[in-house]
Amino acid sequence: MAERSFKKEVEKLRLGNGDVFAGEGILAVTKALLESGVAYVGGYQGSPISHLMDVLSDSQEILAELGVHFETSASEATAAAMAAASVNYPLRGAVTWKSTVGTNVASDALANLASGGVRGGVVVIVGEDYGEGSSIMQERTHAFAMKSQMWLIDPPPNTEDIVRSVRNAFELSEASNTPVFLQLRIRSCHVHGRFDARDNRPPSPTLQEALQNPVRDVDRIVLPPASFLHEQEKVTERWPAAVRFIVENKLNKTLPGSRDDIGVICQGGLLNTLLRTMERLGLSDSFANTQLPVYVMNVAYPVIDTEIISFCNGKKSVLLVEEGQPNYIEQSINTLLRNAGSSTRIDGKNVLPVAGEYTSAVLRGGLVKFMQDADPAWIAPVDPAEQVKQAISNIAEFVPARPPGLCTGCPERPVFTSIKLMQQELGDFHISGDIGCHLFSILPPFNMGNTTMGYGLGAAGASAFNVASEKSAISIMGDGGFWHNGLTSGIGNAVYNKSDALTIVIDNNYAAATGGQDLLSTKGESPSRSTQHSIEDAVRGVGVKWAKTVKTYDIGEMRAALKEAVKRKGTGPKVLVAQSECMLNRQRREKPLFAKALKNGVRTEQERFGVDEETCTGDHACIRLSGCPSLTIKPNPDPLKRQPVSFVDNSCVGCGNCGEVAHEAVLCPSFYKGTVVHNPSWLDSLLWRIRSGLIAWLQQRAERRRLRTA
Amino acid sequence: MWDRPLSIAMLALGGQGGGVLTRWLVDIAEANDYLAQSTYVAGVAQRTGATVYCVEMFPQNEIKGRGKPVFTPYPVPGDVDLVIAGELAETGRAILKGFVTPNATTLIASSHRVYSIDEKSSLGDGIIDQSPVMKIAEQVSRALICFDMEQTADDCGSIVSAVMLGAIAASGVLPFARAEFEAAIRRGGKAVESNVRGFEKGYEAASSPAAFKSSPRQAELPASEGPNGDGLISRAAALPEPVRISASHGALRALEFQDKDFAEAYLARVEHCASLDSDAHEFALTESFARNLALQMCYEDTLRVAQLKTRASRFTKVRDHLGVAVDQPAYIVEYFHPRYEEVCDTLPAAVGGKMMTSPRLKRLFAPFFRRGINITTNKIGGYLLLAGLARMKRWRRRTYRYIQQKKFVGAWIEAVNDAVADDYSYALALVEIIEIVRGYGDTYERGRSRFERARQFAQSVHAERRADVLRSLHKAALADEDGARFAELIEELQVA
Repeated sequence: MAERSFKKEVEKLRLGNGDVFAGEGILAVTKALLESGVAYVGGYQGSPISHLMDVLSDSQEILAELGVHFETSASEATAAAMAAASVNYPLRGAVTWKSTVGTNVASDALANLASGGVRGGVVVIVGEDYGEGSSIMQERTHAFAMKSQMWLIDPPPNTEDIVRSVRNAFELSEASNTPVFLQLRIRSCHVHGRFDARDNRPPSPTLQEALQNPVRDVDRIVLPPASFLHEQEKVTERWPAAVRFIVENKLNKTLPGSRDDIGVICQGGLLNTLLRTMERLGLSDSFANTQLPVYVMNVAYPVIDTEIISFCNGKKSVLLVEEGQPNYIEQSINTLLRNAGSSTRIDGKNVLPVAGEYTSAVLRGGLVKFMQDADPAWIAPVDPAEQVKQAISNIAEFVPARPPGLCTGCPERPVFTSIKLMQQELGDFHISGDIGCHLFSILPPFNMGNTTMGYGLGAAGASAFNVASEKSAISIMGDGGFWHNGLTSGIGNAVYNKSDALTIVIDNNYAAATGGQDLLSTKGESPSRSTQHSIEDAVRGVGVKWAKTVKTYDIGEMRAALKEAVKRKGTGPKVLVAQSECMLNRQRREKPLFAKALKNGVRTEQERFGVDEETCTGDHACIRLSGCPSLTIKPNPDPLKRQPVSFVDNSCVGCGNCGEVAHEAVLCPSFYKGTVVHNPSWLDSLLWRIRSGLIAWLQQRAERRRLRTA
Repeated sequence: MWDRPLSIAMLALGGQGGGVLTRWLVDIAEANDYLAQSTYVAGVAQRTGATVYCVEMFPQNEIKGRGKPVFTPYPVPGDVDLVIAGELAETGRAILKGFVTPNATTLIASSHRVYSIDEKSSLGDGIIDQSPVMKIAEQVSRALICFDMEQTADDCGSIVSAVMLGAIAASGVLPFARAEFEAAIRRGGKAVESNVRGFEKGYEAASSPAAFKSSPRQAELPASEGPNGDGLISRAAALPEPVRISASHGALRALEFQDKDFAEAYLARVEHCASLDSDAHEFALTESFARNLALQMCYEDTLRVAQLKTRASRFTKVRDHLGVAVDQPAYIVEYFHPRYEEVCDTLPAAVGGKMMTSPRLKRLFAPFFRRGINITTNKIGGYLLLAGLARMKRWRRRTYRYIQQKKFVGAWIEAVNDAVADDYSYALALVEIIEIVRGYGDTYERGRSRFERARQFAQSVHAERRADVLRSLHKAALADEDGARFAELIEELQVA
């Protein structure tokens, strides 16, 4: 069950000719896939396309009606390999993942796919996780497109253009027998807008029809001599076919502009930011009526030589807006202009930053430099940043950093608390991190973890430390990464190489960081997937002898298990499965049940933690061992004290971690757990009356005693 | 005639409901025949991080054949009509990002704080005061609307987004009537009643906004509950004016902690300090001394904790925190973990001292205190146990810890008194650094050892540098848990 449900929104996928579709970018993409007659869809979730997978997952009924097969792939490599269905058959297919990380994983299959080429259109929808909001290394998918020779479409960030691009991508793919990347930037995935819908198209042929009539062509298989043939085909047939299609169907766009001496070339995805920046500089109105002509590369790869040459023709200089590095497009354009004998000067990374996101403020700087050079008579309007520069010069010191962190009540928190407490006893360890929510451990308050080498590669990242040593390496792996590849790349590898190291597999029942999607080891039953497969059984299956499953909230037991695991030598790799359900998912499941029980008069207990401000020392050790959003501070009500006191706000879900930490770390006696009984039984009420009555009487006596000396 | 879209930027923390507000705004725009676009970033930013939402709109009937208005996916500095900061410190972030510019931007900010992890995890007071930011905000925005939206939302049981929507409606930046905003909430169909209430309260609060005030806590004279207290307060009234409030609180604390004699001894020490102090320094030394002395004398031992945990007023506070109805059963489970050392502390001095210093006894008995214990204070057994402990305070003067603490405090007072005449600022530094000695267990021991080390070190440096050194060591002692900064500073100072 994913974090966000699209059950209601997916109904819009049934719209047809004459309807206007209003919604988010990812829904628009899904709709465009159905309109394009896809036969199969696969992918692996990850921001910014997690919601695309969730939408597909929630629309399985509609997909089934149309005869579209949807799979939640085990990894991006699996998803990419799925496209093999389009090699022999004219089946359209789409696969999706987070890029560039997912593309890295998928590369093997993608390169094979691109070598042999495709008959049916294949569109690889990549969520380009670049710039603000990104969680990965900053690289470009562009490089993959170039190396495997796949085409790269980079649509402007609005639903109309995105939908048009999906439709074009399939046609381009089929016209050139080449798989096509459709690159969606972070904000494009979540852009709300509208477009004119078309009828959905059932796939033809269907997967069943293909299976009933198998076709085989040895020339499409990547093995010599065909692989050499493929390389030639790519440049002699597929590339020219693609260029022809792109030119004939006008996939790229030119805004005419009122000047003819200078111009701008930009990637499609940056068009809106560029246009708004030009508008701010008085170089355009709000309706894209620009002074400078703009050539918009909706297809970022391949570069269409003829279009570039004709755009540059007669211009003394052109600004190239190409985000990210290396500057592949700039290199390519400079080469082709030189070969064509053009004298047009290209300004690119010389006026714009070489690296980093091209926000409006950045583009403004580049445009101003370009204009001042190209047209000395032009005067830039006052920069709004300059207007306030003086007033806000020292503001940064008041703006606190807000790193992401584990959610309220997160079951992963006690794992890191336990490691921290163990390290306080045994000294620091080398900790190899992985990708997932658990990587937040590297940030305050845990400050724990040395490296992260990729999804599921936590254990592999510690494999060099497979040497005799008093202290062994510890690696962390999430359940998502475990099933993605960690079982073989990490655990199997450690067994085979006779490692002694400890791997902690954090099993919270879902791929939590990507939005709570189900996994093989999900505890709940799923109508469309096979779940409830145990991680401990899996690691024993590949030969692990020491494997233990411990509830994460039991810090005492967790700490003991950790200590045992790091001390035990010579028994092969040790795997500690730290098990407790992701709190976001658990709350989503339990909250409605709780509300229902409350309403129906069923006896229910509710737990919440609190801190006694009088006994709180204001040292905040509890916070340094937790970092729970609900455990916060407030000004000290005691006029004699200056330090803020710890305070549990009303978002507390009563996970019990605070109390466990207070016990295990021997903190102050300020924490208490409140157990509230809703809809008490007669016995509850009776006991409560007796207890509270007697205690109140004793308290009154104590109070009278106190007042006698007050 | 419209020549550019209306642009809204919203800065919210993950889980603050920025998405709901965005959907409402788009819905209102589209219902009024506007073209609207919104964008946001999901992903890790939503796990408690800060994130930026962007909404733009343009009336269809104003297009007048000019084509399609260009919407931006990210707020553009100098071009934002409305900025909403979902939390006070996010206001600073909005300004830092350049979204707020004079003449263009109306700024709506909630004055409540969600403290960042760095602010929360400080060993002392890590809160970043936001009042300078609000001064800047007034300067750089066209108009500023600032009130506690979270409190307002809590009061009417709505989500904070509803209150924000009310504030947006009241700001008049969007060209829609109030009813249009309410209609969007109704169309949304979720918790309509409470959210409309939140909307109304938000609208009201934003229509008559009070100027932002950061209110430093103003301590007041405490109220006495009996003749002993009256006597102490009137005795404290004879102290210099800047000291009176703190000394009165301190005296009443000492009275409650132990008895009248104890409280009088406290006041006598404060009076003595005041006699060495002078008006030229506005009695800063004595004021700080009065506060810190009270906290040192009324240290937190098991008996004190038991006293505080069993009071009727505390039960009321807990029930308020839990938000329970009258007569609703709600049990309070305490998390105690007394170590061997804390047990020795409360034993008679001879026994406690012996046990504390004998490694053999410690080896024998310490294992019994390895696990924490849970006590339900409002069940009869738990209450009797704690109330019994609280009553043992009459024997406190004979306990090991009392005698140790008395020695420790005595030595500190002596050092302060010795320093006043020659070096007032060193004496003040010596008074203030004692705050690092507080709490229980490890926290106490850590503070105590850093205090001793700092004092020792300060005495070893040239008299002129002494006060500065002690002050910087005080700060360093609170910089981190493992004492890395503290040790580093001592090394640096040794070289210098």
